[in-house]
Amino acid sequence: MFDGFTMGELGAIFAMQGFAGLILFSVFVLMALGLAIIFGQMGVINMAHGEFLILGAYVTYLCAQFFEAFLPNLYGIYFFVAMALAFCVAGAFGMLVEWGLIRHLYRRPLDTLLATWGLSLILQQTYRSVFGAREVGVTIPEWMLGSLQLTDLIEVPINGIFVMTLTTVIAGLVAFMMFRSGWGRRVRAVVQDRTMAGAVGINTEMTDRMTFGIGCGIAGVAGSAFTMIGSTGPTAGQLYIVDTFLVVVFGGAGSLFGTIASAFTISQAQSVLEFFLSGSMAKVLTLLTVVGILMLRPQGLFTLKIRK
Amino acid sequence: MNDDKAPLGSRFRPSRRSVLQGSAALTASLFAPKGLLASDFPTDQVNTTGLAVTDDTVTIGILHSITGTMAISETGSVQAEKLAIAQINAQGGILGRQIEYIQEDGASDWPTFAEKARKLLVNDRVASVMGCWTSASRKAVLPVFEQHNGFLYYPTFYEGLEQSPNVIYTGQEATQQIIAGLDWVAREKGAETFYLLGSDYIWPRTSNKIARIHIEEFLGKEVVGEEYYPLGHTQFNSVMNKIRLRRPDVIYAIVVGGSNVAFYRQLKAAGIDMTEESPLLLTISVTEDEIRGIGGENIVGAYACMKYFQSLENENNLAFVQAFKEMWGEDMVIGDVTQAAYLGPWLYKFAVEQAGSFDVDQVRAASPGIEFNEAPEGYVRIHENHHLWSKTRVGRARDDGQYDVVFETEDLVEPDPFPEGYQ
Repeated sequence: MFDGFTMGELGAIFAMQGFAGLILFSVFVLMALGLAIIFGQMGVINMAHGEFLILGAYVTYLCAQFFEAFLPNLYGIYFFVAMALAFCVAGAFGMLVEWGLIRHLYRRPLDTLLATWGLSLILQQTYRSVFGAREVGVTIPEWMLGSLQLTDLIEVPINGIFVMTLTTVIAGLVAFMMFRSGWGRRVRAVVQDRTMAGAVGINTEMTDRMTFGIGCGIAGVAGSAFTMIGSTGPTAGQLYIVDTFLVVVFGGAGSLFGTIASAFTISQAQSVLEFFLSGSMAKVLTLLTVVGILMLRPQGLFTLKIRK
Repeated sequence: MNDDKAPLGSRFRPSRRSVLQGSAALTASLFAPKGLLASDFPTDQVNTTGLAVTDDTVTIGILHSITGTMAISETGSVQAEKLAIAQINAQGGILGRQIEYIQEDGASDWPTFAEKARKLLVNDRVASVMGCWTSASRKAVLPVFEQHNGFLYYPTFYEGLEQSPNVIYTGQEATQQIIAGLDWVAREKGAETFYLLGSDYIWPRTSNKIARIHIEEFLGKEVVGEEYYPLGHTQFNSVMNKIRLRRPDVIYAIVVGGSNVAFYRQLKAAGIDMTEESPLLLTISVTEDEIRGIGGENIVGAYACMKYFQSLENENNLAFVQAFKEMWGEDMVIGDVTQAAYLGPWLYKFAVEQAGSFDVDQVRAASPGIEFNEAPEGYVRIHENHHLWSKTRVGRARDDGQYDVVFETEDLVEPDPFPEGYQ
């Protein structure tokens, strides 16, 4: 496999493969963060997470169309506007869903699973009716295409660097809000003891709505970013949902740090295995390992100690 | 798209018909109607098995997914079939009978396909069915068609290894699509090493098996890698590095569905510029339809090997493209399978008129040898094995999402669903 290569070339390829692993890691974190917040903090299994991602992608698509038609000279930066809009639209829609659907089902976790699954089907068909069954092509600004030449041999995809930066920023913001802001304090209090939190004057309903909205908003941003690397179609959300749940469950519900650690473990395992084995085999081995570890540690890698 | 939800079995509404008259007039001159009168073919003689054929109508079925994941691909086929039906009706129909259709939705779910096929054949007694897209859906309906002696026109290029008396395959089987393309790339581009890549299911695996045998045993070249990714896989950065490591002359890609978009976008982002042809990319799974999702700028320079491209310059195709756009909108694109779906109703018409009967056994007996001179892809003929003789072409992707045809086989390629030496 490595015949006829100099050490320099091999080193370059391994360095690029390392980057590939980090990019995969960022993608996993980005797609799982929204779900981790909702699942971890509220215990709601949001099967419609993928559709919230795609909502963000469609917002990006519309935004691209708008800029192309009306503000062509600002086209290079439309992506940032699109991400902000995607956050607002997906977040607002998430709050609406919480108000109309989720809040009636808090004490019935299995029913939320069914209800959000139904929601995901409804959303898919809505996208299909509005945007058509075919995938839409989201045009990416020229500067975000192609790769960056680091040395003679090493080149790194620019969209990968973009996703890595975005993930770092968003994860940092979420961590800051969760552990340093009033909202975060209220969320943690509600997670630890809902009744007691209510008794000390926290508006638990409003906290839930905000949490759900922020989780969905982050999904929207992720979806917006994924237009660079994946397809935008009515059912494209389904492509991400399995990996997303895998990351969240493996990391341990309720722990943001666990989500990140789990994304790192899974992405590195997969990336290394993909390099030495074929793609399908890598997936099989990764899933087997995860299943094995979850059998030994059903609560996931990290857990919060919560009084039941 | 509203037409998808038209009442089952409805005819075209007058407004649509008037839209069509322009194109119908155009094609009518090309297709030289024979002006058959239904009264010359009494219903009790042309329909002895109780199919849905009356004195002035014949009912056929359309069975595709218009909901679910496969709707992306199958929408174009439905549109093409409806266009063909409308054009045939404008010319006087089949044996003087107007075609009506009953459309059912397979919903991207294989058991649903089987159930709907049974409904079409048993309850509606349709005379034939245009339908299915994936091999999985075809395999699901096959026993139903064989049990109830239905007749299916299947449009997709597929892996071969099948020949049912109840199916006419209007797309190419694997050897037709693969071998000419590999020969071309070895001869014209001097390719020595190949990297085979695909989504992990039957069509890419069977196709790559044929490709590998052809490359190694018939061309004497080398396969330096072969691998598969799960359907729906979206992260291809690792494979880019493996490609860099193996340095193939040709990446032979059979990635499908949502993965397609991810693959080509990441290929471009990894700095592999397909316009430079090092490595060169040859695919058999990206039609103009898929490029809409991928974005022309992400795939420009890639080569695709199939039998039809929208950009084909012949008067049949120009008329077809124009009629398609008039019916379904200016921004429509037409891929290989859409064109193959368009052939279905026409081949059925010719077979019925050759047989002088709607009875399935007679239509089947009349089918081999049926010719379609005015097909958009050019002359085609049905082979004894129910597949089509057709040309194979190589196109190069432009950044506007169309292909430039750079090669076409001189003769029609014989369909060979059970290729000897390739199994």
